[in-house]
Amino acid sequence: MNILSFFARKEPSAAVAKSRLKILLAHERSSDGNDAALISSLREDILAVVKKHIDIDIDAVRLEMDRSGDTTTLGIDIELPQRARSA
Amino acid sequence: MSNATVVVVTSGKGGVGKTTSAAAIATALAKQGYQVCAIDFDVGLRNLDLIMGAERRVVFDLVNVVRGEATIKQALVRDKRLDNLYLLPASQTRDKDALTDEGVASVINELRMYFDWIVCDSPAGIERGATLAMRYADEAIIVSNPEVSSVRDCDRIIGLLDAKTVVAEQGGRMPKHLLITRFDTERARLGDMLSVDDVVDILSVPLIGVVPESKDVLKASNVGMPVTMADEACPPSRAYTEAVQRLLGEDIPVTIPSEKRGFFGKLFKGRAA
Repeated sequence: MNILSFFARKEPSAAVAKSRLKILLAHERSSDGNDAALISSLREDILAVVKKHIDIDIDAVRLEMDRSGDTTTLGIDIELPQRARSA
Repeated sequence: MSNATVVVVTSGKGGVGKTTSAAAIATALAKQGYQVCAIDFDVGLRNLDLIMGAERRVVFDLVNVVRGEATIKQALVRDKRLDNLYLLPASQTRDKDALTDEGVASVINELRMYFDWIVCDSPAGIERGATLAMRYADEAIIVSNPEVSSVRDCDRIIGLLDAKTVVAEQGGRMPKHLLITRFDTERARLGDMLSVDDVVDILSVPLIGVVPESKDVLKASNVGMPVTMADEACPPSRAYTEAVQRLLGEDIPVTIPSEKRGFFGKLFKGRAA
């Protein structure tokens, strides 16, 4: 909390609740929950491509998703083994 | 050997504050420095993600893990504010029967290796989701409102905790803690609401805390923060924090933190009346 946020008018929590729900429900109504299946197959394909070049550990792959407004981003973090990085 | 403790937050009845309590307790434990994982067992009607503000970042869920479609590490969602607090979300699309006993056992066994505390948020009812949430618990927090149907359902749940859990089947006794939520001191004083002593008397379970009815709980859930994260000083937050201290073995008297603090109350901030 800084001095500016003291003067800035804070958004009422109900407005935050409404916008969170809108984003979430828009997503849940449209996608019939097949995210996991989609991401799972995406991950496998991406891993197969990466594996052609580097030997990586499945557990060294992190997936992160963020849904906001009308966009969903999928972040894929692949930790490269030490040798591949120096090569 | 892992020293993890698995605690189930359960009640039988819906709407008494299980999810709010599970999120608040998990957060309070994480604030004490423990590695904490909260698991949502309400398959088909998950909400812990929403209360913890993680709903936009759920990729995989408990059912994916149980079915081997994802690893636990991939399904865990780390809290954005506390980096030792994690959520294992429930599936939103499948029904409760998607969970299997063996699957849940192996998930909990693996989580025991990574975490100090595993907080299982039980769904309402006494069906599979609820029985699996309690099955591998080491301790139980029973959430009751000071209201007849809630107390009755808690009694039923206590029976299940003493019969259908691994601890009970091995001849042990499940340690239980009673958490009374949505308590209104004024109405209890007027005799319009069951008192804390009434509920403790009827259920015969040691009291771990009394959370007052409060506007702060809704405000916190609106913005996706467990109440113990949203405002540490508000009465429900203090009640949950004290309950967690008792869960950790501290011997402190149960108080009912109150909403209004006068001038002197503010002066003596540490002492909740």
